[in-house]
Amino acid sequence: MFNYLLTSVGLLISIGLFLVGAVGALLFNKNNKLANWWGNVAAIFGSLVALIFSGSILVSKVPQTVTLLNGSQFFNTTLRVDLLSAFFIFIISLLGLLCSVYGLGYVKHYYNKYNLGVLGFFYNLFIVSMILVVSATNALSFLIVWELMSLTSYFLVIYEHREEENIKAGFLYFIMTHIGTAFIILSFLLLYRETGSLDFEIIKNNLANTSGLIQNIIFISALVGFGTKAGIIPFHIWLPKAHPAAPSHVSALMSGVMIKTGIYMLVRIAFDILPSTPLWWGVIVLIIGAVSSLLGVLYALSEHDFKRLLAYHSIENIGIILLGMGSALIFLSLGMKSLAALGLLAALYHTINHAVFKALLFLGAGAVISKTHTRNIEDYGGLIKYMPRTAFFFLIGSMAISALPPFNGFVSEWLTFQSMFNGVAALSSLTKLLFILAIGALAFTSGLAVMCFVKVFGATFLARPRSAHVKEASEVSLSMQFSMAVLSVVALALGLSAGWAASMFASIAVSLKNLNNFVPAISSTFKLVNANDLAIMSMPVAFGAIIVVTSIVGSLIYIVTRKQKVTHNITWDCGTNLTPRMEITATGFSRSIITIFNGILRPTQQTGVEYRDAHLRYFPKNSSIHFGLKDIYSIFFYKPIQELFLKVSEKIKKIQSGNINFYIMYIFLVLIGLLLIFVM
Amino acid sequence: MISIFAWIVQILFVPVFSPLLVGITKKIKAKFQNRQGASIFQPYRDLWKLLHKDEIVSHDASWIFKFSPYIILSLTIIVGASIPLLSLATKNNYLGDFLVLIYMLALGTFFLALSGMDTGGGFGGFGSSREMTVAALTEGGLICSLLTLALASRTTNLFGIVNFGLGFHLQYLPAIILAFFSFCISLLAETARFPFDNPATHLELTMIHEVMLLEHSGKGLAMMEWAAANKFLIFLTLAVNLFFPFGIAVSLSLGSLILAALVLVVKVLLLCVGIAALESFTAKFRFFRLPDLLFTSFVISAIAIGLIF
Amino acid sequence: MNLFKKLFLTPKVLVDIDKISKVNDVSIVGREIEKKIKKLFNGSLAIRVVTAGSTNACEQELVALGNSYYDVERFGVHFVASPRHADMLIVTGPVSRNMRQGLIRTYEAMPEPKIVVAVGDDAISGGIFKGSYAVLDGADKVVPVNYQIPGDPPSPMIILKSLFSIFVDLDKKKSQNK
Repeated sequence: MFNYLLTSVGLLISIGLFLVGAVGALLFNKNNKLANWWGNVAAIFGSLVALIFSGSILVSKVPQTVTLLNGSQFFNTTLRVDLLSAFFIFIISLLGLLCSVYGLGYVKHYYNKYNLGVLGFFYNLFIVSMILVVSATNALSFLIVWELMSLTSYFLVIYEHREEENIKAGFLYFIMTHIGTAFIILSFLLLYRETGSLDFEIIKNNLANTSGLIQNIIFISALVGFGTKAGIIPFHIWLPKAHPAAPSHVSALMSGVMIKTGIYMLVRIAFDILPSTPLWWGVIVLIIGAVSSLLGVLYALSEHDFKRLLAYHSIENIGIILLGMGSALIFLSLGMKSLAALGLLAALYHTINHAVFKALLFLGAGAVISKTHTRNIEDYGGLIKYMPRTAFFFLIGSMAISALPPFNGFVSEWLTFQSMFNGVAALSSLTKLLFILAIGALAFTSGLAVMCFVKVFGATFLARPRSAHVKEASEVSLSMQFSMAVLSVVALALGLSAGWAASMFASIAVSLKNLNNFVPAISSTFKLVNANDLAIMSMPVAFGAIIVVTSIVGSLIYIVTRKQKVTHNITWDCGTNLTPRMEITATGFSRSIITIFNGILRPTQQTGVEYRDAHLRYFPKNSSIHFGLKDIYSIFFYKPIQELFLKVSEKIKKIQSGNINFYIMYIFLVLIGLLLIFVM
Repeated sequence: MISIFAWIVQILFVPVFSPLLVGITKKIKAKFQNRQGASIFQPYRDLWKLLHKDEIVSHDASWIFKFSPYIILSLTIIVGASIPLLSLATKNNYLGDFLVLIYMLALGTFFLALSGMDTGGGFGGFGSSREMTVAALTEGGLICSLLTLALASRTTNLFGIVNFGLGFHLQYLPAIILAFFSFCISLLAETARFPFDNPATHLELTMIHEVMLLEHSGKGLAMMEWAAANKFLIFLTLAVNLFFPFGIAVSLSLGSLILAALVLVVKVLLLCVGIAALESFTAKFRFFRLPDLLFTSFVISAIAIGLIF
Repeated sequence: MNLFKKLFLTPKVLVDIDKISKVNDVSIVGREIEKKIKKLFNGSLAIRVVTAGSTNACEQELVALGNSYYDVERFGVHFVASPRHADMLIVTGPVSRNMRQGLIRTYEAMPEPKIVVAVGDDAISGGIFKGSYAVLDGADKVVPVNYQIPGDPPSPMIILKSLFSIFVDLDKKKSQNK
């Protein structure tokens, strides 16, 4: 029985479980509890089966193929799971499993408010569509499941439909994701035009004679299309709005894995399908990565909506992934395949890392929000005393995303740094300068990420409660704690087993066509060792050293100070009455960095004073100050496009004269034009 | 036998001698101010006294506040044990990477800033905000200045860098000197010295580093002060040993170790005099001028990298 | 409540100016102080000053302790920015009503062992402000004062020498307790 799960049947069982979960939840939608349990338990088992299945492929390194129906070249339902797909299925099912366990407890606060059957239905379909997206082998079936994924996630975004803001966010998401899909269709159609097939396998083997121009167009439209899904700047505007709107365990899935499907297809197209890589592809990806990471973290710093802040961090981390991928593309175009494998390995490593710690953070945020009923960080404070375990898990997530050793974020950032160091070392002139700037961007990004998470953790969990919301909070249910605990352990494990995990991911990277079987610049089991001996480090030693030295220091200090007492007293604040309003707020914390980067962030400030007597203006009744940021994308990117469209439509409007003779003339003109085309 | 001795020295060097370095710096500064100043052993006495005082913890503080002194001190000890001090024989292949070093110290800064926010006082919070602002913007210059050396020597291992630097490479000299300047700016920022921060100030509103320690007392304060001293010694040692590595012992003999210790002391003292002079002759910068300095540091090291070919 | 008990039970010692040594050389007094500090405070004395409605005269004299002539830092004495770091609390001024709470909080914020010293006549009894509705007539009404250094204001030299006699007294008490 168990062996079945390891073969391709496992995938089918898993898909079946999700579908059963989806339909069942919808059937039981009258009963909150049953719908919740049915939907989530089915998702748990479905994810578990998919986890075992993909794990076995990753270990055995043998791709699996399942054919549901025999289709034609245009459409078939064959699912092929190679190492890259298995890697992404592994991430999806890992997060699916933990988010579903979390969901068991989390969705309780929707009881009698929203329909849980609908949630279970879309939730299961959402996970299964993601699994299908990364295993589809045919462009048409890919587009169908891609659309399914977009639509189910859209319905999940507007699940809390009684809040107007969520509907708006969902609409924006709907529009943006379909603009992206349009570009994807364009690139697929071009691929079809070149090869006469929609099957990825056939496309892959028949692209060798394609002209460079067509390849460029394919790559750029794929970059725009899948980049929109991944949330690269400037196509990210939907992300900070849509992710916070969804229920938190869905946000975790969207931020953790859904946007990664964009990365998956970009890797697939750039490293597996398209035969050649010009240098400037890598350059563009590297620049987008640098800009996305830096701007993502800057916007995150200036944000005080808990979940939107995390969403901006997704943009930042997608940027870091693209930095690894961009350097891999540049190395690939220059024929340095071993280094390219290193860069791609860094990108893949960061992909799974980001999925793990971002899910952890979103689940932590969800736990806080479910207890305090507000997303505004300014209204938190002191939650560590009310929810100590959530705080601890969130602290681990914060350290992991800030790339602090010994957690997983550090390892992938280290690898990204190393691959870019190699770029500087191996290249010359302009590309070298580009790599230096990218390194600078990553360095500043990681510094600012640490700052941002000091802000988030400090303002949320430390000091004193700043509003009454906090005082109602208590620790969340066991199922939610369990998911966060497991994710924390995974975050640590992915950090400690860096060498082993890296060699595993390296084998995924080199299984791709353009990197076929090149020895990646990485080896060894516990240490990370670079083949060129550029770098060497060991996470278990770092972790062990921290544990050992801290306990030695702790016991020595204890021996010296054992006679001294520890007493508790009020916080020293120069003898004044300290109120929670005097604590630093999240806005105040990041104010200095906003001022420093005011060229990019464009802070706005409005002050208003209301006087007791409007004529005298001596005694102010209350004064207010409102900080905000101008949205530079809408000013410099979306506004001009919008204006252009308006202007052009204004011009075109003139042909609509309302006179029937004119319309007949248009018809004739078109007919003549068509005739001319056919004759020629 | 000698290698065990070398390792003991390697591990204990930084925590044992860092208070002395702080004492010496204060002494030199006092001399510049025409004072006699405290004894160079005063920091040891301060630490010892603080360890024998009671500790007061705020009602609002959580375990983070109590735990952070331990982790911050331990991290500086770990980092201090994994950098090149006297001998290349104590090469550390596990933690000797410069990115590991920077991020280990960043972990300390993370907890320092959290402990500043933990008590809910008005001061600790803005101290954390400032510290993190400076730390975040320092990172670029710090990584790139060390990257210059790493590229010249083709390794990011600190011992490898020193080993390479021992052979004199004239063609890299301009780049190394530029990177050294860039590193020094980062050093001043990371160790909270002029023109970034005034280590001797009593005005809460002008503090960056000290303001986060206002709430600590007794053993917590002792550990924090000790950790700050360790960090100071670590950065000074890195500055002199990575950029000007001559004198460091290659072989493991007692004589060469002693010689290396002497050379290290002279080099660190020279830099120490420089920092003390800087602190005596310049004024602290306005906070919003600091980013300019830090970006300058980044640009200088970017140029330095450009000079490596 | 605890504080009230302490207020009444703490013996106040007024430093007798006439009895302090006639030596006026800073370095000689300083060396003696240094020895005592080594014995009593492990060689390091941290002082926190609270200005409780003072005329600023005493502050000037206290600041003068740090200049290059007196330079108390060389004897192991330094002024700190937070009562959490301090061993000794120096109170100046007659304690205005507004500063009452601040003074108590400062006292409570200091970790044990701690000493409170009132510097200047104002801080001892209210000085020329005594009886005013705005002041509380001396630090000993608010916090348990251990020692008082008279003078309006006392000169740096007198403060130094008084500190020395305080240390002698402390030393005596310590040996008696043993």
